[in-house]
Amino acid sequence: MSHEIPYIAAINEAIQLEMERDEDVLYFGQNIATTEDDPFLKAFGSDRVRVTPISETAEIGMAVGAALAGLRPVVELYMAEFMLVAMNQVVNEAPRFRYMSGGRVKVPLVLKAGYGFTAGWAGQHTGSIYSMFTGVPGLKVVLPSTAADAKGLMATAIRDDNPVCYFHHYLLTLEHGDVPDGEYLVPFGQAAVRREGGDVTIVATGFMVGKALAAAEALASEGISAEVIDPRTLVPLDLDTILTSVEKTGRLVLVDQATRYGSASAAIAADVAEHGFSSLKAPIKQVTALDATIPYSEPMEAFLLPDEAKISAAVHQVLGGSPVAA
Amino acid sequence: MTELGNDRLVWIYTQMLRIREFEERVKRTFEDHPGVIRGHTHLADGAEASIVGSVATLNPGDQILATYRCHGYPLALGTDANAMMAEIYGRTGGLCGGYGGSMHLVDPERGFLGTSGIVGQGIPHATGAAYAAQIRKQGQVVLSFFGDGSTKQGAFSESLNIASLWKLPIVYVMENNSYNVVTRSEQEDANAAAGEPLAIKATAFAMPGVTVDGADPIAVYDVVGAAVERARAGDGPTLVESKVYRLSAHGNLIAPPGVPLHYPEHEAITVFGNREEYEAALRGDPVPRFRARLIEDGVLSAEQADGIGSEVRIEMQAAVDFGLNSPLPAAERALDHVYA
Repeated sequence: MSHEIPYIAAINEAIQLEMERDEDVLYFGQNIATTEDDPFLKAFGSDRVRVTPISETAEIGMAVGAALAGLRPVVELYMAEFMLVAMNQVVNEAPRFRYMSGGRVKVPLVLKAGYGFTAGWAGQHTGSIYSMFTGVPGLKVVLPSTAADAKGLMATAIRDDNPVCYFHHYLLTLEHGDVPDGEYLVPFGQAAVRREGGDVTIVATGFMVGKALAAAEALASEGISAEVIDPRTLVPLDLDTILTSVEKTGRLVLVDQATRYGSASAAIAADVAEHGFSSLKAPIKQVTALDATIPYSEPMEAFLLPDEAKISAAVHQVLGGSPVAA
Repeated sequence: MTELGNDRLVWIYTQMLRIREFEERVKRTFEDHPGVIRGHTHLADGAEASIVGSVATLNPGDQILATYRCHGYPLALGTDANAMMAEIYGRTGGLCGGYGGSMHLVDPERGFLGTSGIVGQGIPHATGAAYAAQIRKQGQVVLSFFGDGSTKQGAFSESLNIASLWKLPIVYVMENNSYNVVTRSEQEDANAAAGEPLAIKATAFAMPGVTVDGADPIAVYDVVGAAVERARAGDGPTLVESKVYRLSAHGNLIAPPGVPLHYPEHEAITVFGNREEYEAALRGDPVPRFRARLIEDGVLSAEQADGIGSEVRIEMQAAVDFGLNSPLPAAERALDHVYA
């Protein structure tokens, strides 16, 4: 059985269910639970649900400490950029402790952060900064693109014994989707094939999954069959599903809202070039944001970002390009 | 003097001596066994009274988080000195299997939850552990140890604000040794420059701030003990400024491989040319000072004190031997423990 709810409600449903299931799960952060009407506060009380000051270093650092002491905190960070204020805690504390202790401690926590709010939020609240974290051993990085995944990946993140950066896309917030009822877990490291196809593989993340599917639909009317893969988690990354698809199609287009060298696509392109080169019939094509800070004004903002037309153009390019020497 | 029984006083002295001897052995390893210790070590000699006086106030189940200058606390909590020395030597028999080294000792079973090598960043970890303790309602208290330099970090201010706001069961023990690496406090701290005690920072967070002579374990016990009692009663945190003098340099020489590592002289001498300051600190050395006091008070005879010294030397020699004899880890173990 399933029910249709918005992406944001699916995230909250997962947190709620996990808090019911495990009393060690905490939920704290800025601007939550400020009145007695707050549903989390009502359900779980002020021990487990707390509003914090604007103190990201303390919020995330306290989550590390509470996790070391055996609890499972979920930190509400709102904007992914707010993690930058506390980068040391995210990168150099949370993921290091287990390793440095030789496995004697664990740090189960979830950093819930929205990203990619490219709707006029200008330069400092619109970034797609997940790749700042994918190169940090010990961290896991999750990018749900549907309401069902938003629920299932959050539940898995809370049960994971490692620090997890859970990046939800702001432009998906009110997107409705079918969400399984009750307990629902989406395993980490399992990509979703969102659309099957034989001519070209498109790998897209987050909000770009929808753009890629729309492009694939339009391409189908031209007789081009595109396979669309959503990795869902960047760490761990399901490279096998991508390589298997590239083996079938011989062509790869990567779509990523981040700038080229700060994207997940650059790393996936490198891995496919290293492990799947012999399958490729054309050079890999990356459709990423252009290298600039996101501007405020709409036409400039749109100019920088990947869209259906850019994805379709890239697909035409890999299909029309000269084959790579086998 | 607090009504500490003689056994407890002797225990405090013994732990102080164990820490001193352990640190002396770490220091000597650079000369006796060059190359065995890599990277950077930081010693607690001079802070023994502050460490043991603080730890002596705890109950089983209480917890400690500290900094990279972390050898003293686990020793006082009962962690095996052999495993600690082996960790500093990077061996399989080490407390953390050689993954952490001198700066990252951890012993959760004894309540030593961890350390951060980054100045001030362990303070929020301790605060989070105190949040966990508050929720569990089992009367646990957390001690957060850090240096005076940390108090200029946002992590300090953010944590003390939340701890006071939430009345968390935590005591913040600032070990003020007057130096942040080679910079003197009055060069980098507005309160110090104004001639104020650093404990005054507590007033900004609506919590008590107390300054204590960190060379006197009984004074530390009294002050930290009162703060622990307050925390345990649910009345919230306290900032304790414990004034200590670090008797070694900030750390061993920082040099690329190939240059033999050693401990330089204290920065008072090497940087500021103030040999008298350092010699005055040596005259006030808390370990012989406490020994003399216990003998004077009839708690210990000189012979008994010497006997404790002999036992401690045997224990720490054994720790060195254990560390040297413990094998280095297999290289491929480097990929273990990345994820739980």
